[in-house]
Amino acid sequence: MPSWLSVAERTPSAGLRQWLEGLGHAVTSKIWRLGFAARFFGAVLLHSGTAFRRFGLTIREIYFAGVQSMIIILVSGLFVGMVLGLQGYDTLQRYGSGEALGVLVALSLVRELGPVVAGLLFASRAGSAITAEIGLMKATEQIAAMEMMAVDPIARVVAPRFWAGVISMPLLAALFSAMGIFGGYLIGVQLIGVDEGAFWSQMQASVDVRQDVLNGVIKSLVFGVAVTWIAVFEGYDAPPTAEGVSGATTRTVVTSSLAILALDFMLTALMFTGGSAK
Amino acid sequence: MKRSTIDIWVGVFVAAGFAGLLFLALKVGNLASFSTAQTYQVQAKFANIGGLKVRAPIKSAGVVVGRVSNVTFDNESYEAIVSFNIDAQYKFPRDTSAKILTSGLLGEQYVGLEAGGDGVMLKEGDRLRLTQSAVVLENLISQFLFNKAAEGKDSKDGK
Repeated sequence: MPSWLSVAERTPSAGLRQWLEGLGHAVTSKIWRLGFAARFFGAVLLHSGTAFRRFGLTIREIYFAGVQSMIIILVSGLFVGMVLGLQGYDTLQRYGSGEALGVLVALSLVRELGPVVAGLLFASRAGSAITAEIGLMKATEQIAAMEMMAVDPIARVVAPRFWAGVISMPLLAALFSAMGIFGGYLIGVQLIGVDEGAFWSQMQASVDVRQDVLNGVIKSLVFGVAVTWIAVFEGYDAPPTAEGVSGATTRTVVTSSLAILALDFMLTALMFTGGSAK
Repeated sequence: MKRSTIDIWVGVFVAAGFAGLLFLALKVGNLASFSTAQTYQVQAKFANIGGLKVRAPIKSAGVVVGRVSNVTFDNESYEAIVSFNIDAQYKFPRDTSAKILTSGLLGEQYVGLEAGGDGVMLKEGDRLRLTQSAVVLENLISQFLFNKAAEGKDSKDGK
């Protein structure tokens, strides 16, 4: 150790040194955790063979992640669509173009609200459940017991949950958008009395299947990967205590919500700007 | 819960999800109107295309007969060259004229075709001679103001 380091306790810079040490430790551990998460992601992909060979395992997880999220997705989609119908009509009719309501509702749902809101709901409904489940399995030493029996816990527990989330998310987002458009139709056409023909034909004229619908599906797929990756990682990495599991569950919801918003901004910037089509 | 119950519910979920996607593609989007039918390409030069965009409809007598496929700028005549694909089942005479029109007061712009009387039909790669540019609102307003000012001067002179 160089001499200028060993005399630290008698100089007034001891506090500064401690602070720097703390800062360095915090940064290193954050980067270490990020690297661990990336390696964990690789390990999940490498060990996904079982999730597809024994597809029953994945189907069970699709039931918990996808089917049980369906009610909240459908109800929220309907209400978001109905609110868009009311608010959109209120604004559009000031410019005398209430018939464009269908375009407004469909484009905002298919491009943005469908994937993003469904992703946020999925993160809080299914992501938190996945984290809590894996975290508790770890806390009650079920994961360790599996390792003892030479069962790979990543292949048996983590990968099926991961793929179930990735499969469920685009389907949930599509259901959300479809339900939202139906809600907008209920309010716009049935309640307010926008012409039904104009509502659907203007929508069809300006919603492009590749540009809008397919990009929305790609977005929801990306969000599905991000949310379930964060959820399984936080669960697997949770300290095996009651406090640790609850902290990990909270982190899952917060991190994946922020990840969805950040990814959405980047994907929108890539997909919907600079193109020659609107 | 029994395995078969789970399977049924997952089946319902996946079927509903795909039904939603299908609804978005067919009813909301325009996949159904995507025609794989043969088209032929025709070009036209416009002095000003206003807000015309790629994939804008080509209409004749109000019926969509094709779509704009490309918009470029001609460096020699300083005009816009608009290429459009017309469905092969619609034939137009060679002296057909093209106008850039607007649907509604502030709606989307589209190309309107008006058939001529020539006996020879348009074919792949032809160029339309008779075109009429888009109406630019600013030009229209300035023309109106100019006329108004001239009118005011005339009436003052008359007094």
